[in-house]
Amino acid sequence: MKICITAKGTGLNDPIDPHFGRAAYFLFYDTETEALDAVANSPGAHGAGVQAAQIVAGNGAKAVITGSVGPNAHRGLAAAGVEIYIGAQGTVADAIADYKAGKFSRAAGPSGKGHGG
Amino acid sequence: MKSVLFLSGKGGTGKTSLAGAFAYLMEDKVLSDCDVDAANLHLLLDPEIEAEGEYQGSKEAVKDDARCIDCGECQRVCRFRAIDPEFHIDPFLCEGCGACVYVCPTDAITLSPRVSGKWYTASTRLGPLASAELYPGEETSGKLVTLVKQKAYALVKDVKAERLLIDGSPGIGCPVIASVSGANAVILVTEPSLSGLHDLERILKVVRHFRVSAYLVINKFDLNEEISAQIEEFARKEELSVLGRIPYDPAVPGMMIAGKNAVEDPESAAGKAMREIFARFMEVSG
Amino acid sequence: MRITIASGKGGTGKTTVATNLGLALADDRPVQFLDCDVEEPNAHIFLKPRIERTKSVEKLLPRVDEAKCTYCGECAKACEFNAIAVIGKKVIVYDELCHGCGLCRMVCPVGAISEVPHELGVIEYGVARGFPFSRGLLNLGEAMATPLIHELKQGIDPDSLAILDAPPGTGCPTIAAIQGADLALLVTEPTPFGLHDLRAAVGVARSVGVPIGVIINRDGIGDDMVERYCADEGIPIVMRIPFDREIARLYSQGIPLVDALPEWRDRFRALYDTTTMKLAREDGVK
Repeated sequence: MKICITAKGTGLNDPIDPHFGRAAYFLFYDTETEALDAVANSPGAHGAGVQAAQIVAGNGAKAVITGSVGPNAHRGLAAAGVEIYIGAQGTVADAIADYKAGKFSRAAGPSGKGHGG
Repeated sequence: MKSVLFLSGKGGTGKTSLAGAFAYLMEDKVLSDCDVDAANLHLLLDPEIEAEGEYQGSKEAVKDDARCIDCGECQRVCRFRAIDPEFHIDPFLCEGCGACVYVCPTDAITLSPRVSGKWYTASTRLGPLASAELYPGEETSGKLVTLVKQKAYALVKDVKAERLLIDGSPGIGCPVIASVSGANAVILVTEPSLSGLHDLERILKVVRHFRVSAYLVINKFDLNEEISAQIEEFARKEELSVLGRIPYDPAVPGMMIAGKNAVEDPESAAGKAMREIFARFMEVSG
Repeated sequence: MRITIASGKGGTGKTTVATNLGLALADDRPVQFLDCDVEEPNAHIFLKPRIERTKSVEKLLPRVDEAKCTYCGECAKACEFNAIAVIGKKVIVYDELCHGCGLCRMVCPVGAISEVPHELGVIEYGVARGFPFSRGLLNLGEAMATPLIHELKQGIDPDSLAILDAPPGTGCPTIAAIQGADLALLVTEPTPFGLHDLRAAVGVARSVGVPIGVIINRDGIGDDMVERYCADEGIPIVMRIPFDREIARLYSQGIPLVDALPEWRDRFRALYDTTTMKLAREDGVK
């Protein structure tokens, strides 16, 4: 299964980037083959979360591990059936280990309306 | 390192005054002004700019007149009146949507990014500051807030600060979302008016979405005690902890003119309330 | 003739100037008043208009017919605001992000997208003290103020002296209110904060090529930085309103200055005569 981790760099030892929509990189990790692919994120001025949700779903990830996910991104990821795990800290390797050990709790549904601007 | 973010929903509630008070009272911190529409924290701080750079935000349609055949298709589809009868594009009216680019039969129009402002870092009398300035007609965005925050985090690393103090954007849109993510605590500053209460309800939803600890301060609470009571009732229902109430103090603007903060005046009623709020925040946030 | 009253931030006395100017001049010539501060309109407090009709201002939001949609993703790719997303076999429209440009409908290869109107706010038209009065009211939670200001400007009678009370700030709505004016009167206070906001307002007015006059409100409370700045920039200071308890009292009670203190009627008339004469000398009144 493919999972996505938001990171400040492209490697396993790079730190988690906590803001999903405006993370520097999306790292796609295959839990079976342990292959790691990095996709750079270059969000525009508006709607970064929506754009990010499409990148993650488009690359076939079934779960996202990050610090926090805004309401717009949450709606997009939920529509794609992507599981959302928030509150990740440390490095990408830490996050993968914690995920495998079942340490994350799934984020609840999006609260409140989306946001404009 | 722990970060605290000041938000208000609507503008003009005294968010920056309280952030300024915290800047004065808090030790070992970096300051960050993400209220980039109207950044004014620096006015209290005598900043000396140390580094700066361009910010490219919005896009605008640019037309190559040599390729334009004056067919008027662009004008027909533009819903923002940005293309005048002579088919010139007004950069202030252009929203950068790209509809004109799509319909142009000769590919005479392109969308190009424009420089919307600049970011800077500075040293100030109360500690290092990261901030930004927008150019006329430009609007803030999560992209600029993220940029300012990155600069602030770099300052935190450089000076090994214990705390980061962020003055957030008004509203509840994209810039606010960008400032909330990653914050350890949010202080919501409201005032007793119906629009203040409405905005408080909306901003609390955003903050709660991010599971960040939220605290409330009611500024100028004595201007309308009835609505202040409504706000407190709302806070109780939402289990939102009230850090304190600041009385209306007509002397505050005068102190601002002198470049001084209300907390610097031991006689100021507002200053006294802000000191108590600061002490309570430091106690509850650990 | 069109005069816009503006300021870099709220609370400077912009509305005081706009309403008194209108009242002072209405005896001698046809005047019309437009309150363009659509988020916090308050000219009505002083002018007490009788509203006769209202008009809704809308943006168009896309709606996708999923029976026709092939999930090709062209709409999502085209949208500059990321307001429409195609994820797997789902299309999501983010109404808050949508600017209503219509590009998604244009690019859809199977005609699956239609548009529905969504109200941003209303324009109210009426009469105040014998002259036409109109104002925009942005609906709570809406971010797009500019379309309301454009709609208000559509109602300008070219044979009248139109007085526009601009929204505070330096963003698109403020520019929309200033653009096309013959004169921008920028209201500020003689303080470092006032100067900071004035610089921003001057930048806005200059960017759209509108001549400027500065009005110093609460004259006497601060320093001479604003005067020195205006002298350096060659900007005329066309009026000073002193910091005065009586003026503050009238303001808080919603009583126009020119009604209670007749000398102000003469001062506002003189302000108009000298500034328009100066404009006529410089490049002819449009």
